[in-house]
Amino acid sequence: MDQIILQILNGLDKGSAYALIALGLTLIFGTLGVVNFAHGALFMMGAFVAVTVSKLLALSHKVVDETRTDFLGKPLQVDVPYVYDWFGQGAGDTIIDWAVPISILFAIPIMVAIGFIMERGLIKHFYKRPHADQILVTFGLAIVLQEIIKYFYGANPIPTPAPSAFTGSFDFGVAFGFDPNAIIYPYWRLVYFFFSIIVIGAVFAFLQFTTFGMVVRAGMADRETVGMLGINIDKRFTVMFGIAAAVAGLAGVMYVPINPPNYHMGMDFLVLSFVVVVVGGMGSLPGAVAAGFLLGILESFASMSAVINILPGINQIIIYLVAIIILLTRPRGLMGRKGVMEE
Amino acid sequence: MNNSTFSRRRVLKTGAIASAGLALPTYLRADGHTGFTNAPGDNEVILGFNVPQTGPYADEGADELRAYELAVEHLNGGGDGGMLGTFSSKVLDGTGILGREVKYVTGDTQTKSDAARASARSMIEKDGAIMITGGSSSGVAVAVQALCQEAGIIFMAGLTHSNDTTGKDRRANGFRHFFNSYMSGAALAPVLAANYGTDRKAYHLTADYNWGYTTEEAVKSSTEALGWETVNAVKTPLTQTDFSSYIAPVLNSGADVLVLNHYGGNMVNSLTNAVQFGLREAQANGQNFEIIVPLYSRLMAKGAGANVKGIFGSTNWHWSLQDEGSKAFVQSFGTKYGFPPSQAAHTTYVQTLLYADAVTRANSFNPCAVVEALEDYEFDGLGNGKTLYRGADHQCFKDVLVVKGKENPENEFDLLEIVEVTPVEQVTYAPDHPQFAGGDLGTCNPGA
Repeated sequence: MDQIILQILNGLDKGSAYALIALGLTLIFGTLGVVNFAHGALFMMGAFVAVTVSKLLALSHKVVDETRTDFLGKPLQVDVPYVYDWFGQGAGDTIIDWAVPISILFAIPIMVAIGFIMERGLIKHFYKRPHADQILVTFGLAIVLQEIIKYFYGANPIPTPAPSAFTGSFDFGVAFGFDPNAIIYPYWRLVYFFFSIIVIGAVFAFLQFTTFGMVVRAGMADRETVGMLGINIDKRFTVMFGIAAAVAGLAGVMYVPINPPNYHMGMDFLVLSFVVVVVGGMGSLPGAVAAGFLLGILESFASMSAVINILPGINQIIIYLVAIIILLTRPRGLMGRKGVMEE
Repeated sequence: MNNSTFSRRRVLKTGAIASAGLALPTYLRADGHTGFTNAPGDNEVILGFNVPQTGPYADEGADELRAYELAVEHLNGGGDGGMLGTFSSKVLDGTGILGREVKYVTGDTQTKSDAARASARSMIEKDGAIMITGGSSSGVAVAVQALCQEAGIIFMAGLTHSNDTTGKDRRANGFRHFFNSYMSGAALAPVLAANYGTDRKAYHLTADYNWGYTTEEAVKSSTEALGWETVNAVKTPLTQTDFSSYIAPVLNSGADVLVLNHYGGNMVNSLTNAVQFGLREAQANGQNFEIIVPLYSRLMAKGAGANVKGIFGSTNWHWSLQDEGSKAFVQSFGTKYGFPPSQAAHTTYVQTLLYADAVTRANSFNPCAVVEALEDYEFDGLGNGKTLYRGADHQCFKDVLVVKGKENPENEFDLLEIVEVTPVEQVTYAPDHPQFAGGDLGTCNPGA
């Protein structure tokens, strides 16, 4: 029982990332009809906003320490962060420690701007082109973006830890009457799960309870009629592209303490996120979220050694296997609507 | 009347024959026929540096390339000479190799076997490289080594740790200076027993490819020989980025040690996840839970950050070594580039010097002469103490470093501390050891 709870918890945080990326993908597909293969790159860009903010907050000047030597035997140059000079060491350490949550404030405008530039600068020219063209151009864009990141940040992962208040793990076993250490779960992964719920809730609330959201939903249902009512739906869809980019970016920002980011992390999530979108149903926002969590949990269960012993290799194919089964039984995905991607 | 012999048909025929001739690999052309592939001219010799310039090991590849450039500089008489001054062999005098200036071309392995073979082939056929060296993966090393064997080119392997490179996939034209999985296990096990005791239960997470298997096998057999029990060994996909679902069950498995047979991004992520799940603070079987990383790399340790603190592993070389060779190399590399070299940089620098030295001692670029000069060659002064290039399998035998993640690093490079220099006798094995079985060097191929 404890192993089942543990794998559900594991699946939730993985599913959170899938759900956030798939939500953005679906928003873009549902509004603009674009299959955006650069969406994983937006997740990666968000992660590197956190890396950049962390580096900026820890920006230092050199102070020579005559008592110590460097690897060449010269007097050691010690890095002293500017925030120490400005706020004192205690406050400076706290600021550097909280770099990842602080990054959220920067990530939202930066990612919206990146999304806006992407959409206006490149993707809008491909609205009326076949999906294959869209896939090619956005995939190419993803490669360009990740090579830019690699040029500036290198190929190695960059450790970007969570605030020290959230390091360590919570013993659910003790809290729920199991043996100690039976269900251990890191605090930051819990934070990630709740953060994703808040972001997903905010996006749904925005679409459901604002006039802007209502127009967007109307545009998603019948773009032509909304346009005939004199509403500039393209402008609103561009904003939605920016919001989708911000959602992917925020998913990336909060993910960096879970695994140190590298330039390739977007590609690692991209294919799985597309499977999530297809399983959830093309264009269905609730479907994307539900499928994200479902596939995350299934992937966790398939990684249990007891399962692998019975079905070797199942951990590598489970998501695709489920996708095949669902598409065979429900061709439109879990919550897909009739007519989407069927023309 | 037109007496011209240049008919359209004839021009086309002549052009086609000329094009075909030019397109032939250099080693099949008449000018390459001097008994072996890509025989150099009188003025220069070209070496081929095949390193990952893109892909996940690009940083390691960049460090290898820096070391190669430094080696070429030293061979041509530039810089401070680096390890040429400490090398026990004194035949290299800074005038290139056999009086020819050393030039080089580079290829990008992308850490993919097919791409690595394509770039090596291009350097051999188009650029006339006489020797290929580099790489940061065993899959790539084995693939390129086989290609070099076919082409009649010497392959001086870069960073490759799998037993198979000088085991079942060994080739007469290939040589490895870097240590291997068996040596890691043999060096680590006694240190682990001394620090953690002999009553331990280990759980292995192993990258699901060739290097992972040989490392798991090596560490398992070495630790079990000292009394440890292996509770479980789970293969993890090479493409895995989040290891939480593999790590979460470890605490409840009855194990009290987690062995991460992972390298590169896998290692960074699995170690980070293991620390997140509280394994470092946990207790199991009445003992502190421990984590082990059999193969350490400073560049990878940097990616894992503070998570490496106190964790044992092994490494081929470390910049903090205080022998004259290591000091000279660190001084030379650090002065030129501003930071200390990695173990990948060290092994590639050393391999270049060893090749140049072998050619000079053999007084020939002929691969078979080079093979003969390198086989059973003993040397010193290159950073690992006395070393033997064993003729039976073309594997270097030297001391192995057992290291530990440093608790209080003083700077960004000060991530690992040397716990023990394991003497070479302890990591030496018979050429027909079961972990290296099934291989055959064959005979050297001079090509042409």
